Amino acid sequence: MDYATILQLLDTTIRLATPLMFACIAGLYSERSGVFDIGLEGKMLVAAMCSGAVAFYTGSVWAGLGAGILGSMAFALIHGLTSITFRGNQLIAGVALNFLASGLTVLVAQALFRQGGRTPPLTGDARFNPITLPGAEAMKDVPLIGPLYYEVISGHSVLVYAAFGVVALTWWVMYRTRFGLRLRAVGENPAAVDTAGVSVTGLRFSAVMITGILCGLAGAYMATALQAGFGKEMTAGRGYIALAALIFAKWRPVAAMWACLLFGFFQALALRSDVVGSIVPFRIPGSFLEALPYVLTVFVLAGFVGKAIPPRAGGEPYVKER
Amino acid sequence: MTLMKSLAGATAALALMAGVATAEPAVIFDLGGKFDKSFNEAAFGGAEKWAKETGGTYKELEMQDEAQREQALRRLAESGANPIVTTGFAMSDPITKVAPDFPNTKFVTIDGWVDPATNPNVLSIGFSEHEGSYLVGMLAAQASKTGTVGFIGGMDIPLIRNFACGYAQGAKAVNPDIKFISAMTGTTPAAWNDPVKGAELAKAQKAQGADVIYAAAGGTGIGVLQAAADEGILSIGVDSNQNHLHPGKVLTSMMKRVDVAVFNAFTAGEALDTKPQTLGLKEDGVGYALDDNNAALITPEMKAAVDAAAAKIISGELKVHDYRTDNTCPAATF
Repeated sequence: MDYATILQLLDTTIRLATPLMFACIAGLYSERSGVFDIGLEGKMLVAAMCSGAVAFYTGSVWAGLGAGILGSMAFALIHGLTSITFRGNQLIAGVALNFLASGLTVLVAQALFRQGGRTPPLTGDARFNPITLPGAEAMKDVPLIGPLYYEVISGHSVLVYAAFGVVALTWWVMYRTRFGLRLRAVGENPAAVDTAGVSVTGLRFSAVMITGILCGLAGAYMATALQAGFGKEMTAGRGYIALAALIFAKWRPVAAMWACLLFGFFQALALRSDVVGSIVPFRIPGSFLEALPYVLTVFVLAGFVGKAIPPRAGGEPYVKER
Repeated sequence: MTLMKSLAGATAALALMAGVATAEPAVIFDLGGKFDKSFNEAAFGGAEKWAKETGGTYKELEMQDEAQREQALRRLAESGANPIVTTGFAMSDPITKVAPDFPNTKFVTIDGWVDPATNPNVLSIGFSEHEGSYLVGMLAAQASKTGTVGFIGGMDIPLIRNFACGYAQGAKAVNPDIKFISAMTGTTPAAWNDPVKGAELAKAQKAQGADVIYAAAGGTGIGVLQAAADEGILSIGVDSNQNHLHPGKVLTSMMKRVDVAVFNAFTAGEALDTKPQTLGLKEDGVGYALDDNNAALITPEMKAAVDAAAAKIISGELKVHDYRTDNTCPAATF
């Protein structure tokens, strides 16, 4: 395996890890506030469809991105209403939203475009195109770091860099702001937060809406940057892998980034059977590599790599004592 | 509800017994979906053509998951549809179960295989995909500047390996030293519908040097063609003519005339002959697409070479190995 191959693998890793990172951080906000969200997948799907459709109509990818975020936030609002306001079961609400998204997206896309539940292919400004970072061309010939900068770090769409920005911002918000402290507290002990005179409902709703925004970014990235349009079930289980990454990272933002990069790397490796074949003497099926994220998560949950303790109040609607 | 069902069943049975000759034909589309721009869409095209020319109507159903197959067949058969045309290899098992219960209904399985000795009312239509793939393989090898051609399949089944095998043979016939790389999207039916993975596979193959990539992967192929166009390399479409998806960037398409098969079955109607058919180059069942969108990519020399090979295959002088006969491929390993 030569240096160029490693760079290519890392390049693919970053592309594939980006939607996971958005979705994983999205889940982090919701779960840290005590609302389990199994509906990341559904929200991504809705965002992908909305962004694909609006980007096609307007010809502007930014309008598409906005529509994707709005669509995803609408679903987040439903999740918030059922599980916070009406104190329904959070897991069931999430599953229901996934089913709704899976059917609704295809139905709407079919009604709008009559292309079998697909949105028409996007071109030009209706897509996020790769951007070349300053100095990438000039650095290209510098040995070792030049190609690394040119191939791996430069040449992604703007949303990829935004994903890393979101991770940093989330760390800051979670650990350095009053909002973050309260958010973490409301997921551990909502009664204490309530006693302090802070609204539990308000905090949880804002967390769930942030989840909506970030899932919107994840879905829009898939439909307008990775692909050129929405296709039926195009998220293909990435919302669940993001959840696995969240558990693997023990609900911490920076660890979540590394978990997503690791899982993205497994996906990238699964695409290159020739590389795997050159490292190990026996044949590893690609599907095994794709299953690895789940296997690792089970290991973490079983307590082999430290303890994974979810937010203590997670999954339980808060009822004020009378 | 039960009463309704039995009533409906009785009506259907009456209609059949009375020998009413107005039975509508029906078509069942496989998991890729009616508008996959490829295999199933070709079947849809054939059905639409029939409807337009005869003014008739037909019934249609789109599979959403594996479990529906048998139920869908029964429902259509009970409603009196005849013949019932199905697309995709996975329909042959449910047909074997359902067909004996409806001896007066004709079933057609495209890409599947049902023994006509045990089920005389089932017609199996196969295609010589290896012959068509051989031709596009020749074109790919001639268009390639890097000496590497790629193949991306959908679900890893012998049928798809047959596409790959014919393609590799064609490419090696032009350039014996050519490097052939292949990848399958997955091992479950979800592999027909994952354009994101298709796109990443295409980028991975480009990184390995491929500059022409042939996609035989249903809806996943849309992602392959898109990524190839983005990356500035050539792609080859499959089943339907996909040249128009990215004009000037799709080298050609391996046409599998599913539309013709559906059209012929619908036209024959209840009198359908169930002798198994294999449609190859000779029967015009497969071929490569040449239109305004790719005219600039196919030079006269390329066309001449491919047409000469096609003539040899038709005359029997040149034999392309069929992967399905012995599950091996002389030109590639999987």
